[in-house]
Amino acid sequence: MDTLVARYSRPTYTQNELFTAQEQEEFAAGSTPNLSLKFAMPPVAQPSAWLRAATDDRSNPHCPIKIAHGTTTLAFRFQGGIIVATDSRATAGNWIASQTVKKVIEINSDLLGTMAGGAADCQYWLAWLGMQCRLHELRHKRRISVAAASKILANLVYQYKGKGLSMGTMCAGVTKEEGPALYYIDSDGTRLAGNLFCVGSGQTFAYGVLDAEYRYDLTVEEALELGSRSILAATHRDAYSGGFINLYHVKESGWEKHGFTDTNPVFWKTKLEKGEFSNVTSDFSEEV
Amino acid sequence: MSSPFSINGGACVAMVGKDCVAIACDLRLGLQALTVSNNFPKIFQYGDNVFLGLTGLATDVATVSDLFRYKVNMYRLREERQIAPRTFSNLVSSSLYERRFGPWFVSPVVAGLDPKTGQPFICGFDSIGCIDFAKDFIVSGTATEQLFGMCESLWEPDLGPDQLFETISQSLLNAVDRDALSGWGAHVYIIEKDKVTKRLLKGRQD
Repeated sequence: MDTLVARYSRPTYTQNELFTAQEQEEFAAGSTPNLSLKFAMPPVAQPSAWLRAATDDRSNPHCPIKIAHGTTTLAFRFQGGIIVATDSRATAGNWIASQTVKKVIEINSDLLGTMAGGAADCQYWLAWLGMQCRLHELRHKRRISVAAASKILANLVYQYKGKGLSMGTMCAGVTKEEGPALYYIDSDGTRLAGNLFCVGSGQTFAYGVLDAEYRYDLTVEEALELGSRSILAATHRDAYSGGFINLYHVKESGWEKHGFTDTNPVFWKTKLEKGEFSNVTSDFSEEV
Repeated sequence: MSSPFSINGGACVAMVGKDCVAIACDLRLGLQALTVSNNFPKIFQYGDNVFLGLTGLATDVATVSDLFRYKVNMYRLREERQIAPRTFSNLVSSSLYERRFGPWFVSPVVAGLDPKTGQPFICGFDSIGCIDFAKDFIVSGTATEQLFGMCESLWEPDLGPDQLFETISQSLLNAVDRDALSGWGAHVYIIEKDKVTKRLLKGRQD
């Protein structure tokens, strides 16, 4: 890991040592540069194993550090562009840490990323990806393709494979050359292009609704409704998803936000006006 | 995460008021992350003024509630009178301790009014029968921390039936909204001298 980090962030001639004396002084003075790739590693023989024992609440429920997990995110390609929708709940174990997380990350004015898995990992690396995309624009005098942007991220996470990064993300964008493009990238290093993806603990529930109603020739209105309805289904059945529905539409002119809507009124409206969710009782008359 | 007490999820709370008591539970039954049912009440009635809330492992909730129905029926046949909340609590305690070395994975809560004096009575138990008598409130289930927080801040002595209903409902609803494993609606019972009111609460469905 140390050699890997060192190789990535420094000129080759100093590859063999960790940090120069000057850099160590900088760290001591607390002047860490922004978005640095020089991560402090735990001072143990196998940092990744140590980190897993300390943070993975699935294998060790009593782990001292609980990382925010639990999500439903989806994105699908259609005739009018791409719909991206997410819930907004963050959980640490059974504790609902937040109901207002923004899981759609605006990489730049025309690229979106979604957040599932480790919240910090996604936030940090998608911000970093935004920086790489801007640098690409400056160097090549044109916008980066979605394929290239997603590959920058995929290559990055692959470098850290086995080190405990946890992210399942989708990159969505529309460019002149590619049209609407959608990629799934996860921390195993998987990178897939496709029409339709759902990621997170509520993915199965979202797929259920999405697969049943999905067509490529959906109108924009139908597509927005389908995205929102799929998230709603997932928030209902999955304990670790909920809160608000975050909806985006990506077009060639850039992305457009379609609200951050509380699921509660949406749920009761869907139930009472459309007769769906018949499993939920709505007779609140008093009983004795 | 795989503790028998938090596989199915659920929350329960009981509160004392002025000449009345209240007991409330959520309606979720889940299998870890998957919500299987949103109509699984955890409160059972064992007499005119005796109620038992059971949270924990759903299979044990069902079995233990039936076991007490049997025991209370036998008591009523032998004694030719209804069981009092305090007597019922001792029955719960000794029945749980019978399983000292292989306990039922439940956290019971008893709420009722003394049939003679009309005095409010609530108590809670651990899974092997230690009774926790309380003058204010008792909580159990996967949202206990949240419920303690809500009850400590909302509860006050000598609440009337309507105020008590409002207090217990707000406490439960807001507690389960911070717990992933409970919620999906709630039942509330307000127990007065010669009236029991049961209400179904509309809770968040996520």
